[in-house]
Amino acid sequence: MSPIDENHLHSDPSIEVHPDSSSPGAVAVAGPSPQQRDAARTIFQKGAPGRRAFMCPELDVPEVDVGELLPERFRRSSPPRLPEVSEPEIVRHYVGISKRNFDLDSGFYPLGSCTMKHNPRLHERAAALPGHARLHPLQDAERSQGALELMWNLQEALAEVSGLPHVSLQPSAGSHGELAGVLLTRAYHEDRGETRLKVLTPDTAHGTNPATVTMAGLQVVKLATNADGGIDLNDLRAKADRDVACLMLTNPNTLGLFDPNIKEIADIVHDVGATLYYDGANLNAVMGLSRPGDMGFDIVHFNLHKSFTQPHGGGGPGSGPIAVSDRVAPYLPVPVVARDEDGAFRLDHDRPKTIGRLRGFQGNYGCFVRSYAYICSLGGDGLKDASEVAVLNANYLLARLRRLGVEEHLPLAYGELCMHEFVLSGGPMKKALKIKTLDLAKRLLDYGFHPPTVYFPLLVDEALMVEPTETETRETLDGFAEAIAAILTEAADDPEIALHAPYSTPVRRLDEVGAAKHPVIRQVMEA
Amino acid sequence: MLEAIGVASVGEIFERQIPEAVRLARPLALAAGKPEQEVFEHLRGLAARNTSTEDELSFLGAGMYDHYVPALIDMLMERSEFLTPYTPYQPEISQGGLQVMFEYQTAISELTGLPVSNASTYEGPSAVAAAGYLAKLHNGRRRFVVSAGLHPHTIETLRTYAHGYGMEVVEVPLRDGVTDAGAWAEAIDGETSAAIFAQPNFYGAVEDAAALSAAAGAASGHPEGEGPVVIAQVDPLTLGILRPPGECGVDVAVGEGQSLGNRLDFGGPSFGLFAAREAYLRRMPGRIAGETKDVDGRRGFVLTLQTREQHIRREKATSNICTAQALNALGGVVYLSWLGRRGIVELGELMLARTHYARERLTSLHGVEALHSQPVVREFALRLDADVAEVRSRCAEHGVNAGADLQALTGRPEDRGGLLVAITERRTRADIDRLAEVLGAAVAASEPVPAEEAVAV
Repeated sequence: MSPIDENHLHSDPSIEVHPDSSSPGAVAVAGPSPQQRDAARTIFQKGAPGRRAFMCPELDVPEVDVGELLPERFRRSSPPRLPEVSEPEIVRHYVGISKRNFDLDSGFYPLGSCTMKHNPRLHERAAALPGHARLHPLQDAERSQGALELMWNLQEALAEVSGLPHVSLQPSAGSHGELAGVLLTRAYHEDRGETRLKVLTPDTAHGTNPATVTMAGLQVVKLATNADGGIDLNDLRAKADRDVACLMLTNPNTLGLFDPNIKEIADIVHDVGATLYYDGANLNAVMGLSRPGDMGFDIVHFNLHKSFTQPHGGGGPGSGPIAVSDRVAPYLPVPVVARDEDGAFRLDHDRPKTIGRLRGFQGNYGCFVRSYAYICSLGGDGLKDASEVAVLNANYLLARLRRLGVEEHLPLAYGELCMHEFVLSGGPMKKALKIKTLDLAKRLLDYGFHPPTVYFPLLVDEALMVEPTETETRETLDGFAEAIAAILTEAADDPEIALHAPYSTPVRRLDEVGAAKHPVIRQVMEA
Repeated sequence: MLEAIGVASVGEIFERQIPEAVRLARPLALAAGKPEQEVFEHLRGLAARNTSTEDELSFLGAGMYDHYVPALIDMLMERSEFLTPYTPYQPEISQGGLQVMFEYQTAISELTGLPVSNASTYEGPSAVAAAGYLAKLHNGRRRFVVSAGLHPHTIETLRTYAHGYGMEVVEVPLRDGVTDAGAWAEAIDGETSAAIFAQPNFYGAVEDAAALSAAAGAASGHPEGEGPVVIAQVDPLTLGILRPPGECGVDVAVGEGQSLGNRLDFGGPSFGLFAAREAYLRRMPGRIAGETKDVDGRRGFVLTLQTREQHIRREKATSNICTAQALNALGGVVYLSWLGRRGIVELGELMLARTHYARERLTSLHGVEALHSQPVVREFALRLDADVAEVRSRCAEHGVNAGADLQALTGRPEDRGGLLVAITERRTRADIDRLAEVLGAAVAASEPVPAEEAVAV
């Protein structure tokens, strides 16, 4: 039994023990909440025939028979079965279902590897200015100088933060940036007349790394992790040969650890002529403190939605710019923003060795506005402060959990200190308290916290990956630590409570297996 | 906090973990931080140096369109509950986002006439490249046959991806503005993995989608149902009046979603739609929301079929895409609800009528002719007997953006003199008349293209 600081336990009014409950463990909620009583109905199940919100502008040109303009075989025979609803119904519907979401503005969101930091509303206001929001992507350069200058300034800032001088803002997300990076590596080797097919990725890597390698037509070779949580140098030496195109690395890695051998790793990779790729998912640990370019990386992708506060939007949009070293620069995707001698900005498409385009137009400009606003607000010192506080918060939370005696059941998987996040193992908890990491996560929902990332990285048994970010106060971190401790105490007493959690959420545990077995992925319409 | 950690300073946490050789010994060379109001003024200043569709009469389209975005979309997209969460890994507290995805998928299926839709991908052109990858996984053949009527950015993006995953790309030319049926059939053979066209195409022309799909199957020589994967890049807002791809033999419909309630944003973020026949469900890229029940029997939604995805399957995943464009797709489904079943048809017919009027009006000008004679819905291509850059620049002096310079986008010699004009519901008859006036004068004032340089249609 852990020594737990009883004074800081959250009370949990949502739980009552009903001795006569039919559910095993005799735990039930005090009765369904209003949200739980409200059955989910989609917008397609609302409204009535003929009801509407849209009023079409008047036909101000001579009326012509549609059949004359569009032959019948090209025409739709009956309207798509879209909703028939009024504007107030739309508003009530979407505001209503929005309340069935947990969000960063409502509470702590320590989702490891996702950097859920505050999204300042200044950014939304700036991005909504018509000069940004209603600017057509094909507007002539001379009439979009403000936008091009913003992109140029952002490129320069990202180059400085990464220590790599050449930037393309085009990739749409981190995964897209990774694809760009692997294709750049391929182009680099092909241009030198070499065919290199192998890409090394550590077993701690984000799943996107191996998935990207396959999509880019190359092959994944896995690297082992050593006892300290870093790259196993012997394994790297054994596998680094002239067939290796690239090593993809996250540093700090997904265990929240900075690899102390990074220089040696870079040397081994460069000695065989391969490139070193930096997955920027964890950049929030090192801004202004250590730069991928100085570590020896050739290519880095940024996640503007992580380190640079583009709101996550419930899963997109993101933005995944890349920065590269001189030797990789000729292959960057087109277009890139260039500045002429007279100071005018333009989009440069004329790059003979480019890998080509990765998408339409020039990237997720709306995200650039927000992240640029963030960089302007913080400045160089502010970015460094952000990383320092992110790392301080992670270490404080780790220390706080230890002080509450949580370590016995949830030990730190690797290391002593951590960078911006840390990974606990729920293995001992599962053995001693009979609850899994998943149960702990679900019980946290009743305490009003978003759970950490669970079951990743894969090499940690029952992993729980915690990233508090610089946003959070000490009080929030204390509250979270106490909630974890309370759940462990509760589980020691009665594991059934966590096993059946959550109780207070709009819906409770959902049948995911059934959903995948018999997929229903759209609203079935009544005839 | 330092005491709890057991260190003397924050610096010590870093010193104990990052080797000195890779620690940055100097401050970042970036400007100092600024108060909120100064940052806003700076960004406002940059915005003021852009000419937006609010500042001029714009007929620019070519992939993104200046449609009216209703106010309720701004309000809903800025709600914390939609704006600030991450992807719904914990479904019990993400039912709002998951239900939006489910509704979005329903709307896209209804529009396209295809039974399965994902929760969206990055944007249009890369969605086509992702569909190509699906085709490669599906049949393992080695070639894409693509119509030259696809957006040039789509063809370029597809080529970039295809070089990666090892596919050949063969381009089929147009004839009078639409895919040359003979060349199409000739280019497709047993090794064709996917046959890809756009509807309407880049030149604004409505393709005979059903004929192209049927010809692709027949030309492949494979038994029915085993021909190339037919992929159409569609514009969703035209599907209120155009025959849906699902009724035209199309297997996978993808497209740029910006025209559905998303702003221009100088090119993004928007979303890419991705819908397909049932047979492709388990090879779809990206997130998919599915319906299920909770332990108490309540209806709920979860991310489903996740065994396709990178975080489970890693190098065997059907795509490297992690999330969707959830917020932009929200804008899409709210817009479609706002337009509604009747509105999308009315809006389509309005665009059709005004576009027809504009084409008639502009082609009656001296030195201006239609680049093709095909039916058009919202956009059409002209050929000017004058230098397009010069004409556009003269129009701009009068506050009119006459449209996109075709050849600057495609690089094709036959597009010389080409101007692509888009007519959304925001462009009234008076606006079109104004364009005619300004364009007519600009063409008359500009140098005619020397006869020997003009290329025959």
